[in-house]
Amino acid sequence: MKILNYKLILPAAAFLAGSALTGCKPGQGGANTDADAAKKVYVAPGKYDEVYTFMSGGFSGQVAAYGIPSGRLLKVIPVFSQNPENGWGYSEETKPMLNTSHGFVAWDDSHHPELSKTNGEDDGRWLFINGNNTPRIARINLSTFKTDEILELPNIGGNHASPFCTENTEYVVGNTRFSEPLDNAAGDVPIDSYKKNFKGAVSFVKVDKESGAMKLAFQLIVPPFNYDLAHAGKGPSHDWMFFTCYNTEQAHTLLEVNASQRDKDFVMAINWKKAEELIAQGKGTKTPAKYAHNVYNEKTHSATSVMENETQTLDVTKFPGLVYYMPCPKSPHGVDVSPDGESIVASGKLAAVIPVFSYKKMLDAIDKKQYDGTIDGALPVLKYEAVLRGEVKKPGLGPLHTEFDDKGFAYTTMFVSSEVVKWKVDNLEIIDRSPAFYSPGHLSIPGGDSKKPYGKYVIVMDKITKDRYLPTGPELCQAAQLFDISGNKMKLLLDFPTIGEPHYAQSIPAEKIVKNQVKFFKLAENTNPYAVKSEKETKVVRNGKRVDVYMTAMRSHLAPDNIEGIKVGDEVYIHVTNLEQDWDVPHGFAIKGANNAELLIMPGETTTLKWNPYQQGIVPFYCTDFCSALHQEMQGYFRVSPAGSNVPIKFSIGVNPVTQ
Amino acid sequence: MKTFTRTLIFISCLLMLTAYFLPLWHIGLEAPQYPEGLEMKIWLNGLTGNIDQINGLNHYIGMKFISVDDFKEFKILPYVFGALTFVGLLAAVLKSRRLLIVWFAGLCLFAIVGFGDFYMWEYNYGHKLNPHAAIKVEGMNYQPPLFGYKQLLNFTAGSLPDTGGLLVGLGGVLVAIAIFYPPRRSSNHTK
Repeated sequence: MKILNYKLILPAAAFLAGSALTGCKPGQGGANTDADAAKKVYVAPGKYDEVYTFMSGGFSGQVAAYGIPSGRLLKVIPVFSQNPENGWGYSEETKPMLNTSHGFVAWDDSHHPELSKTNGEDDGRWLFINGNNTPRIARINLSTFKTDEILELPNIGGNHASPFCTENTEYVVGNTRFSEPLDNAAGDVPIDSYKKNFKGAVSFVKVDKESGAMKLAFQLIVPPFNYDLAHAGKGPSHDWMFFTCYNTEQAHTLLEVNASQRDKDFVMAINWKKAEELIAQGKGTKTPAKYAHNVYNEKTHSATSVMENETQTLDVTKFPGLVYYMPCPKSPHGVDVSPDGESIVASGKLAAVIPVFSYKKMLDAIDKKQYDGTIDGALPVLKYEAVLRGEVKKPGLGPLHTEFDDKGFAYTTMFVSSEVVKWKVDNLEIIDRSPAFYSPGHLSIPGGDSKKPYGKYVIVMDKITKDRYLPTGPELCQAAQLFDISGNKMKLLLDFPTIGEPHYAQSIPAEKIVKNQVKFFKLAENTNPYAVKSEKETKVVRNGKRVDVYMTAMRSHLAPDNIEGIKVGDEVYIHVTNLEQDWDVPHGFAIKGANNAELLIMPGETTTLKWNPYQQGIVPFYCTDFCSALHQEMQGYFRVSPAGSNVPIKFSIGVNPVTQ
Repeated sequence: MKTFTRTLIFISCLLMLTAYFLPLWHIGLEAPQYPEGLEMKIWLNGLTGNIDQINGLNHYIGMKFISVDDFKEFKILPYVFGALTFVGLLAAVLKSRRLLIVWFAGLCLFAIVGFGDFYMWEYNYGHKLNPHAAIKVEGMNYQPPLFGYKQLLNFTAGSLPDTGGLLVGLGGVLVAIAIFYPPRRSSNHTK
């Protein structure tokens, strides 16, 4: 033991001495930042950024939009988690969005944003994002930056390999991190019967071409591995979807050891086109399943939640030609398809090479039945050498995720050795490497997973920031780092803190998003049943213990602003319509002591806050969004009388001597 | 009356008729928080543009709400202007120099009365402010300019002819040319 300590201390001491001499501690960044970096990320006040980057909010459950190259946070889009700032998941209209088969689940773990694609290119219409914890896929409308739809996925636990989409957004997929018994199997089984009773289920969610509406089309029942990430083929490989799997050992305890035994795990290749055909031929099995489907309607400004009760499944072991496995070095994370659709790059988190598979060779190997055994006696494992185009040698340690630029280069994050490595796709040679600070997970090149990368930048998302920013106690932020990749050498330009833990990002040239922006909702098209289109229509209606307040907001008053006749024990629904028809004039609405949140009502929108007055007295309400010079005057009172009192409903705003 | 003169009259009449399809005048408002600007377009028979937003802003200073229904002018103007244009056409058809002069005088009168009326409305809107208004600035009036630009608190108000107004103006110039150029030399060819 003593010898061991001695052995460790000596090189460590030498290392420290060396750093003292150079005056630069290893690991401190900034050294590779060029003097002109500031100029390259400076976006003058009033000027727009060049690129939108959408980053998952990780355990915040949201998505954040940043401007690149400045790194400015533009908006946090609420998706799976309640957001008190704007009442998402608190207002009556948005509560149904967070409904699941497990009830109201107001949090999730969002990992992989995915931009909708047309002909393999980002089209800027929708952004999909997975809820990892309670399996869900959300669709964000990029003309309003609002979550329009959330679909729960049955039969899986941990929707991790999700929601990657096919070349024309025909489908987005979701697959399980934790295999488990299918929902209808009840599942009260010994955990050590894992191999027998546990399954994976790849969900193919159909996306309507026009509206983006999602529908769970079918699920493929696959072996109980852990499925990590996915990417669809493109061009020649259009019909295929590739998934990485770890824990092919099928362990169910201490996976750190028990799932890291085999030298190779797999890339699972699924011929989704074939699966689609089989379903069309009626080969699917109708299986009971309970899952919520929540849709937000832009005209009623409210969401509905429907509980579905059936899914179609295909047991892939019964349909040859549907699924093949390509052996892949240890615990693969990313699986990424080159812009030409020909190379499939997989990254083993615990491996020291990056295998690059060839789509052509895969087809060849399938043709020639170059198998290396089967899984579950039916699913062919293709010979590693037969499908391999080559390996990127000594790339670093812990390759995680690869994206591509427009000049034939690939960029891979190295989690363990904290660096980004640039290599050439055709000859697999390493061109450049740059340190990242620290432990980078995913990276994003605008269009870097599409047919037409935009190149120019790579954004790397780091798990640890340690000494990068002013410390904030034990909890430090996560960060993103921006590299200029327009030249031969990568150049670090900027790093900036991010919300949650950004897992993955999708980046897109700004003009594809800007042109579709909605500036306000047309009041005339508002069909919310509680909408009022003018102050003359405002009213307060009692029906038993339920009181509905039809209220309007405009600069700079709420109408009505004096409401009496509310009683302790009532259920009061305040429906506020924002009458403004002007860009960037939302109004807020908050009540003293209300047990939920506030509302933030967009111009032309109607939103409802439910309030349970529990004690008598005068209760003020007010606008929370500084809307005009008279914002502070935008307020009013409820009078709450004791239960059983006979104070009649009365409401007023008085006579406005200015507008009359 | 020379063919040249008659052609001018016809072109002028056509230009005048655009007043029925194109806005005559516009008032634009710009402020730091309205980088996209607000505007009000005045047509022969009504108003368009960001009237609601402008009314919304005007209520802070107690300006009367702008409403098309308050302007009797918009009910009469299309007829008056139509009648005038008809006089022009008649002058060309009847080759009447007298009618041509009547028409020109009519147009001039129309312009004078029109701008006078416009000024009076602006004056009233800008000066007769509601005493209950939220913002009161000592000695301030909010009368927009008749022509050109003026600073009104945080807004720069611009008042300029719009497409229709420009074409009608051009029509007026053509009428003037028809009368005064070339000078009387051609009188021996007229009746």
